[in-house]
Amino acid sequence: MPVSRQRGDREASENPASAPTPAAEAVSSANVAHPLSVDEMKEMAKTLRRHIVRMTATAGSGHPGGSLSAADIVTALFFNHLRHDAKNPRWADRDRFILSKGHAAPVLYAALAEAGYFPVDELTTLRQLHSRLQGHADVTATPGVEVSTGSLGQGLSIGIGMALAARLDGRDYRVYVLLGDGECEEGQVWEAAMAAAHFKVDNLVAIIDRNRQQIDGWTHDVMNTEPMDEKWRAFGWHVIGIDGHDLGQILGALDEAKTVKGKPTVIIARTTKGKGVSFMEDNLDFHGRAPTPDEEERALKELE
Amino acid sequence: MISTGQSTREAYGKTLVELGRRNEKIVVLDADLSRSTNTRLFAQEFPERFFDCGIAEQNMMGIAAGLAASGKVVFASTFAIFASARCYDQVRMSIAQPRQNVKIVASHGGISVGEDGCSHHAIEDLALYGSLPGFNVVVPSDAIETAGAVEVAAATPGPFYIRLSRPRTPVIFDEGYRFVLGKAVTMRGGWDATVIACGLMVHRALVAADPLARGGIELRVVNMPTLKPIDEDAIIRAASETGAILCVEEHLLHGGLGSAVARVVAEHHPVPMSFLSIKDCYTPSGKPSELLEQHHLTAEGIEQEVRALVARKD
Repeated sequence: MPVSRQRGDREASENPASAPTPAAEAVSSANVAHPLSVDEMKEMAKTLRRHIVRMTATAGSGHPGGSLSAADIVTALFFNHLRHDAKNPRWADRDRFILSKGHAAPVLYAALAEAGYFPVDELTTLRQLHSRLQGHADVTATPGVEVSTGSLGQGLSIGIGMALAARLDGRDYRVYVLLGDGECEEGQVWEAAMAAAHFKVDNLVAIIDRNRQQIDGWTHDVMNTEPMDEKWRAFGWHVIGIDGHDLGQILGALDEAKTVKGKPTVIIARTTKGKGVSFMEDNLDFHGRAPTPDEEERALKELE
Repeated sequence: MISTGQSTREAYGKTLVELGRRNEKIVVLDADLSRSTNTRLFAQEFPERFFDCGIAEQNMMGIAAGLAASGKVVFASTFAIFASARCYDQVRMSIAQPRQNVKIVASHGGISVGEDGCSHHAIEDLALYGSLPGFNVVVPSDAIETAGAVEVAAATPGPFYIRLSRPRTPVIFDEGYRFVLGKAVTMRGGWDATVIACGLMVHRALVAADPLARGGIELRVVNMPTLKPIDEDAIIRAASETGAILCVEEHLLHGGLGSAVARVVAEHHPVPMSFLSIKDCYTPSGKPSELLEQHHLTAEGIEQEVRALVARKD
């Protein structure tokens, strides 16, 4: 699948106050990187997971569980599917990625660093004073981050706005919003679900990291969101269900979404919280707790 | 020059259409109140750049943020109560923190909404928006100032909250008036006390000034359309030159114009002050005039309060 990197004009009109990234060049000088193969992506996902463990362990806080569950989805997006350019983060024709579940910032930062938006060394500054890597995703702080999130439920609405802007401007970029399944308990998500279908934004894709856990327990115990697929279908979306750790299925779903016209697509990705580290998997303790030094060592060994 | 005029929300609708003709980046959102906020006028002329988001204010603010992040100049309108209390976190995270180019223009501010009652009386909105870092907060006093404020908002990057009113109100400015963000306007000169007011209260202060003058009190009337950033110089001049300041606003005592003025006075030039506003209570249904009267937000109320304030000088 080719990742086309057309040269675009800088989005000169973009609100300068919200553009913390270095000035984009009128014509990008970035190398055109080839999309990674599935095998290469498997390695990359493992690399992101190692970063997540190291970053949160070094910070002594953060949300490793929901970052690890999304690692394969984020890998497929940033290293194969998305049209983006690390050397030109504000490129007007880039695809937009919104991390609506903003507490999973470590997985986004890991992907951005590996994609070249900032040095990999910077990852371990996560959550420190003066770091560009805030506790939750922050558009004013980090190159490549599109939206400030962390208060759940807001990303999909912003995605609609970006998708409508593309339509108004005749641009062909697409907008991808990653939500948590617990996040779908927020009412605003369903306001947005209704509006996206009403406005027929078929350049908008929601991806739900269905790891089935939230801070207080299993989602079906805390606030049952099932049947998730029927809810989205009833709201007028094209619904695709996949294994969110199968890179082939993730790419297949993203490709399928491109062919859907007249309605938005939601990909419900079944995942495991803490995926990739045996003692973190399905372990609620690691929703919002960092690994200890000992746990870090054991986790990194598993991820070699 | 004072006439029965038009409502500030009518002026908003007309100005939006003019702006829409000049600037194709302008996009307008509403939440099922386009007939009342008058964004419908824009919708009729530019249907492709208007999105009715339905009764879903939180989502509307997010859509506004997404459009603004993609280079649009976004106006989002609904009633002031829903534009503030209903979607505060959405505005905070999606618009204020990233300083998105979104202009929230809210009609039906304050208690002059009248009969709809408490659920529709926005009396906390200025406190809420005034506390958001980077937000510009404007309360125009008539139709002409509204047009100016909306034009300036469109041309000035960053987030704005502009509060408009439901009732028709006297036009107190000439067509030649130019609104300047962050600048107060001295509507009437005087040296014995100053009224600092915004919105519908400016005209009432002007009416109060005549009987006061007949009684020997020369009242300065300062229109403070921009609550944030506030015109500190005008406040300091009023304090030092007139020695007493009364703040009048259609808002709760806490966190509105009075609080902002008092902070400047306390910091730079303490003088006796008093406040006509809504005192820590919710407000019931009633005619706008009756409700304003209950809270002494009338020319007579201002007149009495100024007399009491002047008596406190020295």
